[in-house]
Amino acid sequence: MLALRAVVYRPAPPPEWKPRTDPAPLLPDPEPYRLLGTDAAAGVDPGLLLTLHAHLVRGRRFNTQATALTRQGRLAVYPSSTGQEACQVAAALALEERDWLFPSYRDTLAAVTRGIDPVQVLTLLRGDWHTGYDPREHRTAPLSTPLATQLPHAVGLAHAARLRGDDVVALALVGDGGTSEGDFHEALNFAAVWQAPVVFLVQNNGFAISVPLAKQTAAPSLAHKAVGYGMPGRLVDGNDAPAVHRVLSDAVARARRGGGPTLVEAVTYRLEAHTNADDATRYREEPEVEAWRAHDPVVLVERELTARGLLDEQRRRSVTEDAEAMAARLRERMNADAELDPMDLFGQVYAERTSQLREQAAHLRAELEAEGEAR
Amino acid sequence: MTTATSPAGAAAALLKPATMAQALQRAMRDAMAEDPTVHVLGEDVGTLGGVFRVTDGLAKEFGEDRCTDTPLAEAGILGTAVGMAMYGLRPVVEMQFDAFAYPAFEQLISHVSRMRNRTRGALPLPITVRVPYGGGIGGVEHHSDSSEAYYMATPGLHVVAPATVEDAYGLLRAAIASDDPVVFLEPKRLYWSKAAWSPEAPAAVEPIGRAVVRRSGRSATLITYGPSVPVCLEAAEAAVAEGWDLEVVDLRSLVPFDDATVCDSVRRTGRAVVVHESTGFGGPGGEIAARVTERCFHHLEAPVLRVAGFDIPYPPPMLERHHLPGVDRVLDAVARLQWEAES
Ligand SMILES: Cc1ncc(C[n+]2csc(CCOP(=O)(O)OP(=O)(O)O)c2C)c(N)n1
Repeated sequence: MLALRAVVYRPAPPPEWKPRTDPAPLLPDPEPYRLLGTDAAAGVDPGLLLTLHAHLVRGRRFNTQATALTRQGRLAVYPSSTGQEACQVAAALALEERDWLFPSYRDTLAAVTRGIDPVQVLTLLRGDWHTGYDPREHRTAPLSTPLATQLPHAVGLAHAARLRGDDVVALALVGDGGTSEGDFHEALNFAAVWQAPVVFLVQNNGFAISVPLAKQTAAPSLAHKAVGYGMPGRLVDGNDAPAVHRVLSDAVARARRGGGPTLVEAVTYRLEAHTNADDATRYREEPEVEAWRAHDPVVLVERELTARGLLDEQRRRSVTEDAEAMAARLRERMNADAELDPMDLFGQVYAERTSQLREQAAHLRAELEAEGEAR
Repeated sequence: MTTATSPAGAAAALLKPATMAQALQRAMRDAMAEDPTVHVLGEDVGTLGGVFRVTDGLAKEFGEDRCTDTPLAEAGILGTAVGMAMYGLRPVVEMQFDAFAYPAFEQLISHVSRMRNRTRGALPLPITVRVPYGGGIGGVEHHSDSSEAYYMATPGLHVVAPATVEDAYGLLRAAIASDDPVVFLEPKRLYWSKAAWSPEAPAAVEPIGRAVVRRSGRSATLITYGPSVPVCLEAAEAAVAEGWDLEVVDLRSLVPFDDATVCDSVRRTGRAVVVHESTGFGGPGGEIAARVTERCFHHLEAPVLRVAGFDIPYPPPMLERHHLPGVDRVLDAVARLQWEAES
């Protein structure tokens, strides 16, 4: 037989290619960052602890009051953030006045903590379809009902601010379910490519209505998603108010000095149902809820304050009284019937009414006049 | 009446042929030069100048911060434009092709169209969304849709479609200057249509919302817009031989809708045909025919007819000429307007 000489095929090596950045520094810590209950808690500023505490107590009261208003038919619906107050309070307090907050429908407490009138914050949930507050005045975007759609807005605003030379940061809030939406991905990608001064806070409260996190994502954690976009991911105990405040403040400071976006996942729990209209017993067991009740964000801070001797009876009473007074005012003002002008339907659809809208407005006015005469 | 493309008078001597694409580019360039808050963003709009070269040269002249190649994500483009507008910029967004604007519909419908309304006027969004639209260029699937009905059905949006080089410039300037969001539909197959034009010449920049009579006539009105305007003008010339003197109304703006100009015309002629490329069923023609009937019933000698694309997904290029309403279909409809004689 003829011996064939083997032809050895050696392909030319492909053009050199390496990952563009080292992913390691972007990876979140394996455990959520905590301060309370650790040695590091001693380093937390007492003034900050007291401020957080006052807002947490107020926040808890705000949540119970708003839920009560749904029972009285004064609010059409209320998505409670009971159990998540630490995230909401810290989100608002980590920002400077010139910064912007982009809340979703559950983040009423973040808006209230920002200093917006609670009645205005609840306008949408009351069944009045207008954003109750002036977003520009409070640098707080309207509460977004479609999930994750407000995230690209935050990126665009932060980008625009930077183009204009302003050191403004945008902080955008989203739930664990919202991270599955396309807009979440697009927002993070734009933010990282543009190095926009924006911080994303995912409040992972375990459920998207009834769907648990395990059915939402197969990622190791939601904070891990950051690496794929080229931004750091941070994991934090969402019930540890000073820890959330620290992580968010660091991320905001980083964004402000041109360091680009950060994705923060706060691990928390929704103690109440999705909204007053939801039955949470259908999808979760009481022992799980109990375990989280034992990790209550309000109690955690109180314990630290008490241990340090910063929370005497008098202080506790004044904080509670302040929260009660807020609730009483809210109750009273929400119990007044809202006065809506039907002609307002045609206002602000366009800068100038189209002839079609003018005709329709005239029609409604005639109907209202006829109604008035009939009465 | 003004004729389609050339401004009358002595200025005409100074004019050079320009394409619609060039007029659009010039509109953006002039707007950017006059107003530093005008920003252009989209896929391939920077270095490449857009796949139709409509943004050609803008990145070079104004820098990448003013004319930005974005990541490839339509919802992201429009969604970030919302935030930019909230901070006081005037974004002009390019959607690469009609059917690729659909990923951005959520942003358009849930936020762009209603931000002014839901904030009681605190956050108007001066965003222009440029959409190359319509067929007739031999585009493969997803490159030829006429999506105006979707936009028209969304309160809070202006919907505009120029048909001439002059209007392309004037309407885009008006759209960018508008404090409301404008969906600006650019008829792809007219991108290379030419006219003697110069932005220095007295270009009639009308506010958005006014239709124009492109050709006056007495026997019937053709109501049309965008890529179907030249078709209707050609049909009107051909109809002269049949004894028809057709008036052609170019709507230019679908929202707001200029009932006055349309109804004036129909009351004079007594007969009307609506002509457009998009589907007839659920299409703009149904709305327009209903409006005309409600307002001009006693002046009508025949029902308002529609000549539209078939009610099918946009066909492949080799068949599109059978789908697109052409001169013959328009003339057939005009012939059917002899309603009394037949019945
Ligand atoms: C785009 C979109 N799809 C569906 C809904 C209906 N919906 C409202 S809240 C919700 C679950 C959201 O869960 P998550 O993002 O985890 O936020 P959480 O309610 O836990 O704060 C759903 C599905 C919606 N608001 N928007």
